[in-house]
Amino acid sequence: MKKTLRAVFPLTVPVLTGYVFMGMAFGILLVSKGFAPLWAFVMGVFIYAGSGQFVAVGLMTAGFDPLGAFLVTLMVNARHFFYGVSMLERFKSFGKARWYMIFALTDETFALCVSAKAPEGISEKNLYLAVSVLDHIYWIAGCTLGGIIGSALPINTAGIDFVMTALFVVIFLGQWKSKANRNPALIGLGASAVCRVIFGPDLFILASMAALVVIFSLFRKPIEREISE
Amino acid sequence: MTTLQTLIMVAAFSLATFGTRVLAFLLFPAGKKTPRFVTYLGRVLPFAVTSMLIVYCLKNAKIAEAPHGAPELIAILLVGALFLRLKNSLAAIAAGTVAYMIMVQLIFV
Repeated sequence: MKKTLRAVFPLTVPVLTGYVFMGMAFGILLVSKGFAPLWAFVMGVFIYAGSGQFVAVGLMTAGFDPLGAFLVTLMVNARHFFYGVSMLERFKSFGKARWYMIFALTDETFALCVSAKAPEGISEKNLYLAVSVLDHIYWIAGCTLGGIIGSALPINTAGIDFVMTALFVVIFLGQWKSKANRNPALIGLGASAVCRVIFGPDLFILASMAALVVIFSLFRKPIEREISE
Repeated sequence: MTTLQTLIMVAAFSLATFGTRVLAFLLFPAGKKTPRFVTYLGRVLPFAVTSMLIVYCLKNAKIAEAPHGAPELIAILLVGALFLRLKNSLAAIAAGTVAYMIMVQLIFV
């Protein structure tokens, strides 16, 4: 195990910096809303989702509504379903460890596992497992550190929520590079902006998601033609 | 919220997140083919959801009254410009967030 971790660690360094930074931002944001730093740790361990946890802070600030929280999280993380689809075959032979790997299948872990080549003498299963465990540790460390720093330092955190906006803007621009992504991205922007105006700030996520599935079903032919080119 | 309520909320987030990750493995056990419509949605939805999350982040921005979304717009342009220039997402996110915090704390109060 030690040998595996030592060989896999260098592959995960980009995730280390990213997760510690974003995790800290999350922890600071969470305690700025009045939650104890321990919650940053608990959420990092059990939810383990970047965008999901940022959205969760907003929902927790809005009040107690577990069903709403469950549904919005389903939609925010819906993309993970499709990572699962891509990993069906690969995870088949991994035995019980695959349940942890499924739990820990974040955007970054997925991207690393799809692109990384197993270093000499290390099986694919151990590579995936090591990447999953290391990334999870980075994220927990970042969240916890942020929680502690946020509660210890008397800093004015007003506006720190913007870290989440910035994160999605960067993801958006990364996706925009590929032409095939642009129409889906614009449809998402238009549909959710219209839904925000019609349904208001609390209901529009559910409405947008329904609208997107309807629009993508109606225009399946032209969109599919475009993305297959 | 009480501690118990917070705990239930965290459990709801955790369950939903794990649900999205495990669903494919439950629906399509070994050997079963994934329906084409599902694959298609999997191809297009992630991009649409990213845009939706940007709108989600801006849902409470003050557009009709002062400062008319100015801090959000300026910070987003800054994030975009830095990201395209430096090709470094962390630097862009950090700079944009600090700029936004300065604007809402000191300039557009």
